[in-house]
Amino acid sequence: MDRERCVGAGMCVLAEATVFDQDEGDGTVLLLDPTPAVERRAGVREAAAVCPSGAVTLLDG
Amino acid sequence: MHHTTTMPTGRPTGCPFDPPAELAALRDEQPLRPLLYPDGHVGWLATGHAAIRAVLADPRFSSRPELAHFPLPREGFDGEMPPVPPGMFINADAPEHTRYRGLLTGRFTVRRMRLLSARVEEVTVEHLDAMERRGPSTDLVTAFAQPIPALMICELLGAPYADRDFFLEHTATFNDHEATAERQAESMAAFGGFLHDLVLAKRARPTDDLLSDLTETDLTDEELANVAFLLLGAGLDTTANMIALGTLALFTNPDQIALLRADPDRAVEELLRYLSIAHTGVRVALADVELDGHLIKAGQTVTISLEAGNRDPAKFPDPDRLDLSRHAAGHLSFGHGIHQCLGQQLARVEMRVALPALFERFPTLRPTVAPRDVPLRSDVDILGVQRLPVTWDVP
Ligand code: HEM
Repeated sequence: MDRERCVGAGMCVLAEATVFDQDEGDGTVLLLDPTPAVERRAGVREAAAVCPSGAVTLLDG
Repeated sequence: MHHTTTMPTGRPTGCPFDPPAELAALRDEQPLRPLLYPDGHVGWLATGHAAIRAVLADPRFSSRPELAHFPLPREGFDGEMPPVPPGMFINADAPEHTRYRGLLTGRFTVRRMRLLSARVEEVTVEHLDAMERRGPSTDLVTAFAQPIPALMICELLGAPYADRDFFLEHTATFNDHEATAERQAESMAAFGGFLHDLVLAKRARPTDDLLSDLTETDLTDEELANVAFLLLGAGLDTTANMIALGTLALFTNPDQIALLRADPDRAVEELLRYLSIAHTGVRVALADVELDGHLIKAGQTVTISLEAGNRDPAKFPDPDRLDLSRHAAGHLSFGHGIHQCLGQQLARVEMRVALPALFERFPTLRPTVAPRDVPLRSDVDILGVQRLPVTWDVP
């Protein structure tokens, strides 16, 4: 998660709201769950794919 | 040497939602290709989904219009763009862009915009009630599509709603390629003066709104007025055209209306993809960039055809079909990269509330002219309809 790159578009929250959230103050990405359950993986993969600024990276996809 | 084309224009008759046919052919042949600009510049045209994403995500491409060449000639435009005023961050690069965007993103989060749903619902109901009272026919653009987003963005900023007609008139002029440069400059000046006064008013007497809060940052009055100008300009015409053109698309695909009701979130994404109202953008290479086996030289303009990318069969199967049950995530209708639309969560809330409510209130809603005769705004930056005359049965 790279909060410096993040532009706060909110695409990750739309893709998987149980894993990603946005900071109330500056709108940048917050990781709610660093090790999402298997059934969340598709949403997390989508979040990484659609992120406009390349701020979301998957480890061991 | 590649064969160099000029920018295709002209939408297929009878199919107003489809991009120019030649554009699709160019994309399928070569998703990134040389393009001859009207001023003689030889630059590039990106039409493939992957190529577009690559350019928009790459910081070596600039959004500054004074560096750019434009793919279509503009009336009364002598080819020189003035430098962008401070605060117009849609046309600025990092790090200037970063500073402005950083002050705003916290105000446009998914959660904050969803909290506005209840207010969007109220405003929608007010306008549906007014339509019903005056019914049983109206112009959907002025009765419904324009006022809802106008009211929301004006409330968010703290601009008086009484000035809505003023805003609508002036944003329409900017987005109208056929307007003379003189009329555009007049509109620009009137709009700018109004917003400058508004900023001074908020500084003197802050109220509970975005613009007042921004007066507490280190932005100057000029920057504040320009940020307000950008938000209003980008927030009025866009969503209004999505609502009106989206309704027209549903008229011509009536089997899809049930899907809109069943899953409005999914339906709205697909309407965004299919209609691609912000159809074209430009970027300028600041350095030599190798992409897709081509060398884009520093100084060359790349025209970005968001509408061609959204119909790329490599990304979306059967792309020319409107299918509201499709998972359209990854569409380019809000752009990509650091400039991806700041107001997209607001726009989503407005569309997912307004569109289903319209068909729920008036199940017999239909156009009073054949869909192919609805006057389109096609030769402009934002696609849409000029008017959408509709009627419905009174029970
Ligand atoms: C369906 C409606 C909308 C569409 C299709 C749309 C489309 C776009 C697109 C394609 C961009 C990227 C431009 C670029 O890369 O040069 C953009 C940027 C922007 N949009 Fe929207 N937009 C919509 C609604 C809104 C609303 C409601 C607002 C106002 C709150 C808004 C404010 C902005 C701003 C401020 C930017 C510049 C962001 C930046 O440079 O960081 N838009 N929009």
